[in-house]
Amino acid sequence: MPDIRTVTTHCPYCALQCGTILTRERTGVVVRPSDFPVNQGGLCQKGWTAPTLLDTPDRLKHPLVRGNDGELRACSWDAALNVVAIGLRAAQREHGADAAAVFGGGGLTNEKAYLLGKFARVALGTRQIDYNGRFCMSSAAAAGSAAFGLDRGLPFPVTDLGRADVVMLAGANVAETMPPLMQHLTRPSLIVLDPRVSATAQRAALHLQPAPGTDLALVLGLLHIAVVDGFCDTGYVRSRTSGFDEAWKRAMTWWPERVERETGVPVADLRAAVRMLAEGERAYILTGRGVEQHSKGTDTVSGFINLALALGLPGIDGSGYGCLTGQGNGQGGREHGQKADQLPGYRSITDPAARQHIADQWGVDVASLPGPGRSAAELFASLGQEDGPRALLVFGSNPVVSAPDSQHVVERLRALDLLVVADFVPSETAQLADVVLPVTQWAEEEGTVTNLEGRVLRRRRLRVPPSHARSDLEVLHGLATRLGQPGHRFPTGAREVFEELRSASRGGIADYSGISYTRLDSGEALHWPCPRISRGHHPGTPRLFLDWFAHTDGRARFVPVEHRPPHDAATHHLPLWATTGRVLTQYQSGAQTRRVPDLHAANPEPFVEVHPDTAERAGVRDGQLARVTSARGSTIARVRVEPSMRTDTVFLPFHFPADGSANLITPAALDPRSRMPEFKVAAVRLDALSALAGPKSTTAGSSPVDSTGQTEVYG
Amino acid sequence: MSHVLVVGNGPASHRLVERLRHHGHRGQITVLGAETLPAYNRVLLSSVLDRTLDADAVTLPDAPRDVRIRLGVTVTEIDRQRRLVRGDDGVVHSYDDLVLATGATTRVPPVPGLADEYGHLPRGVTALRTLHDCDRLSHQLTGGGHAVVLGGGVLGVEAAYGLAADGNAVTLVHPGTHPMDRQLDVAGGRLLADHLRAIGIDLRLGRGVTNYTEGSVRLDDGECLDTEALVLCTGVTPATELADQAGLAVNRGVVVDDHMRTDDPHVHAIGDCVEHGGQVPGLIAPAWDQADVLARVLTGADATARYVPASTVTRLKARGIDLVSIGAATPCADPDIERVTMSDPARGRYATLTLRDERVDGAVLIGFPDAIATISRLHDERRTVPWDRLGLVLGTGGPARTEPADLAQDSVVCRCNTVSKRALADAWQAGSRDVATLAEATRATTGCGGCADDIRALCRAWVADGAFPEQNTGEEGAA
Repeated sequence: MPDIRTVTTHCPYCALQCGTILTRERTGVVVRPSDFPVNQGGLCQKGWTAPTLLDTPDRLKHPLVRGNDGELRACSWDAALNVVAIGLRAAQREHGADAAAVFGGGGLTNEKAYLLGKFARVALGTRQIDYNGRFCMSSAAAAGSAAFGLDRGLPFPVTDLGRADVVMLAGANVAETMPPLMQHLTRPSLIVLDPRVSATAQRAALHLQPAPGTDLALVLGLLHIAVVDGFCDTGYVRSRTSGFDEAWKRAMTWWPERVERETGVPVADLRAAVRMLAEGERAYILTGRGVEQHSKGTDTVSGFINLALALGLPGIDGSGYGCLTGQGNGQGGREHGQKADQLPGYRSITDPAARQHIADQWGVDVASLPGPGRSAAELFASLGQEDGPRALLVFGSNPVVSAPDSQHVVERLRALDLLVVADFVPSETAQLADVVLPVTQWAEEEGTVTNLEGRVLRRRRLRVPPSHARSDLEVLHGLATRLGQPGHRFPTGAREVFEELRSASRGGIADYSGISYTRLDSGEALHWPCPRISRGHHPGTPRLFLDWFAHTDGRARFVPVEHRPPHDAATHHLPLWATTGRVLTQYQSGAQTRRVPDLHAANPEPFVEVHPDTAERAGVRDGQLARVTSARGSTIARVRVEPSMRTDTVFLPFHFPADGSANLITPAALDPRSRMPEFKVAAVRLDALSALAGPKSTTAGSSPVDSTGQTEVYG
Repeated sequence: MSHVLVVGNGPASHRLVERLRHHGHRGQITVLGAETLPAYNRVLLSSVLDRTLDADAVTLPDAPRDVRIRLGVTVTEIDRQRRLVRGDDGVVHSYDDLVLATGATTRVPPVPGLADEYGHLPRGVTALRTLHDCDRLSHQLTGGGHAVVLGGGVLGVEAAYGLAADGNAVTLVHPGTHPMDRQLDVAGGRLLADHLRAIGIDLRLGRGVTNYTEGSVRLDDGECLDTEALVLCTGVTPATELADQAGLAVNRGVVVDDHMRTDDPHVHAIGDCVEHGGQVPGLIAPAWDQADVLARVLTGADATARYVPASTVTRLKARGIDLVSIGAATPCADPDIERVTMSDPARGRYATLTLRDERVDGAVLIGFPDAIATISRLHDERRTVPWDRLGLVLGTGGPARTEPADLAQDSVVCRCNTVSKRALADAWQAGSRDVATLAEATRATTGCGGCADDIRALCRAWVADGAFPEQNTGEEGAA
């Protein structure tokens, strides 16, 4: 390849996709923030240190296959891919097509997500494909689609927020999860809903601090107040929506005093929140994982959308509702077919017309396209079971740390005949694999991602990958051809795959057909839908819904929702609520950020935030280790006494592995519509862990004090 | 599956029907309602009265589609032997399980002129229980009239607040020494009375009514009040006639056990018509709880489900005053009880908290909106209260803001890039003397930008205290 020293690209982490300029210098790769609109020259510590990851000492460089002695050993690509192909075929021969399963990730580029879905449906013919975005965006996606007929995280550019008067952040701690976004939130007054006084809540003009698991009651109360206090935009409701009456009837029984008792949020604050939103000339309501990662997450998001509709916000220039997508390509990752129920272009896999369109694109018989498969948590629960898959391919995900009730997930992964993990570091999931495939990462490959505002961005290659790493596209090509597919069906060039993707997306909800690498490379800001048009170029759609919503009648839908308690019940034995979340210097399962010394040093171990009284009653002290136990299991974390915590709530970040993994205690209770697990509320107990009975280091680096699993970084 | 017949179509009945289907009851369900309107939410009557909401906006969600609802049918007779019910439309319904949810009616005090020989209220007098009452009252008060509210319990106080907020002159007549005397101690009651007076409500405490003639109420001290509307908030009486006729055990209300069963195993009762454990709560929350229990029992979802009355939490629904009463108004002098009291009458605030085993046993809180929210929940969940009792009442706690100059050297100033005060000081010493150069040297402010003010403050402080002498500035900065 040509010796390119500088490329403009984007940060490898969150959905903000801050613009960066990468330079290859003698000392290594150097990153600088660019003036890209979402970050405007800003970058958080994750972004500044991202190049460290390219040369992390334990970077995977050779394919690994587990030998008869149980050890992973380096081998050739040919040998590794043969083992995988033979294993997949064996499983399918004995147990049927669904015995092979695929699990993807919201960090994969659009091209990879697309080709992964095609690989599952065409090369494997399996229904069983899902991805970790199920744990992230599924509730917001389900609610957004129901209300607007289309799910795009922000239906407006991020920069619109900077002109707002009021922004409500419901369950979103953006000051930690996507700091540069805060630059756009300096003008508006912030209303923050969070059980914790988070970094974002500290900047709020009004902070509502509900008990975990009560957000739906809270938002029903806000809608109630909006109507009874006369803030409902009746003209908008009449002309642009349908279904208000049924939604109102549910909210009607949630008068503010009842909501106060259910949520612990004072009536005066509830009223103030609605007043602020209604009286702001330009107001936005944004939801995040805090309200979405519940067994009632979809209904809760519907509640917030109902509120936004009653106040007349969506589809008005300068106001709106949006959800803050989490993972780097969490938006594009849910549009191109790695979700159990979807085909490229955000098409439904059960829609006959969509199936025919995609079958034609792929040159296969429509009858051969499988139907919808299991959702992530259900897929994991079925692994190695009577009717479940026997072989699993994992791309761009680390479910051992990120899935709920993770000990159970480990047991199911161990029950497989074949576990294949494609990754660039030996993640906790890769360490369980039978075959590990070393792949390229962000600065080593071309592709596109779609950020939280639905803008399609180019990721560019700066340098050659280390030794034997291959791109995921090459891996899929290699496997597909071994499974008898013609090679041209699985191109290895990102541009080629994108050409196919955009053609496949044509006419779908997420229509990319008017987008090309050429247009993107020329610097155009293209938000989907961007259809191909007969003459000239479609300019893309930065703002959706200004004229109509994406339902056939052009109206947005209110969805009637009712509050219900969380899956766990607090009991005498499990009296506290645990809620899980993030810290600024770690990302998702931590597989990447735990390997960046500067980041890891800032938050090197699991911790549990506790109110001082709760700590004292549990007999734990600041700085000590404590055990947090739920009905699923227990995790070990260092106590951080924090006076701003609710006395009934403890908080744990989920970025850490082994016996410090917060997901050892989370329930796999699922939302009935989105199949989102309940990450945000579990009934727990807090116990002191005496120094003598410290955590057992069952595997290297598994203790919470040294939970990186990668001591070589420091060694 | 059994045929469940429900008599009454109020909130209790509405909840029961919904929960029966939720818990998988597949048999027939029939509801007979005396009012011609579909079930509605009584709590919002005040919003109908002040015309914020149309009457049809308070209709509760439709019942599941296959539930048969007959409106405008008053049940005249129950034949328990043959398990039949007869309506005033002449139609006879059979049942396997009968549920009485007949509600309650306003208690009309035995005062001359308040009711005619048939118990009907004369012109100018109204109760405040139904949409019909609302309609009647709003016709009486056509813009800024004078209303007399009789009865200073929760409903009376809320009604007085609502009528006053709507621009009416209001007099509240109450026989007790202070309003809400069943819920409030003397100090709390006095404060509430002050609040009511402050918004212009006239109070007649310790007074009753001796006579009503159209447009005029005479009090027991001889005072006559002219009024366009006399509003009766004088309590309710469970509607038990039907149960009486059918020979069921009736005391003040229809007597039920913990499973909401009357003395006939095929007849159940829920809501305002019920007496359970000697109590007649007459509130919506217990009615919903009872409906939930009965639905579990009838469907077998939990045949042993029991209704356990929650301790009473009375939260006043009135704008401009935050008030809650939990448990009994005046607890006995028990040595195991810890008592916390705070009185701040000049600011309209009062709190008294009784704790047992560090849990909330009772409370009266006025003017402490945050504490009301927190303490009600602590009470409901039987949780221990924080050690700092006054902090609990005052709603203090949470992070105190520290000036950047007072931060410890190791504290993180720029969270986005984990830049400590020490790192900034080092960069300062190395020659970075403003936000831009400090940012260049340390990356502070390059994330969310929120710490820029703090760093400016640090720069000012460092300049002011001369901690970094001039000669150091000559050194090459890290930039």
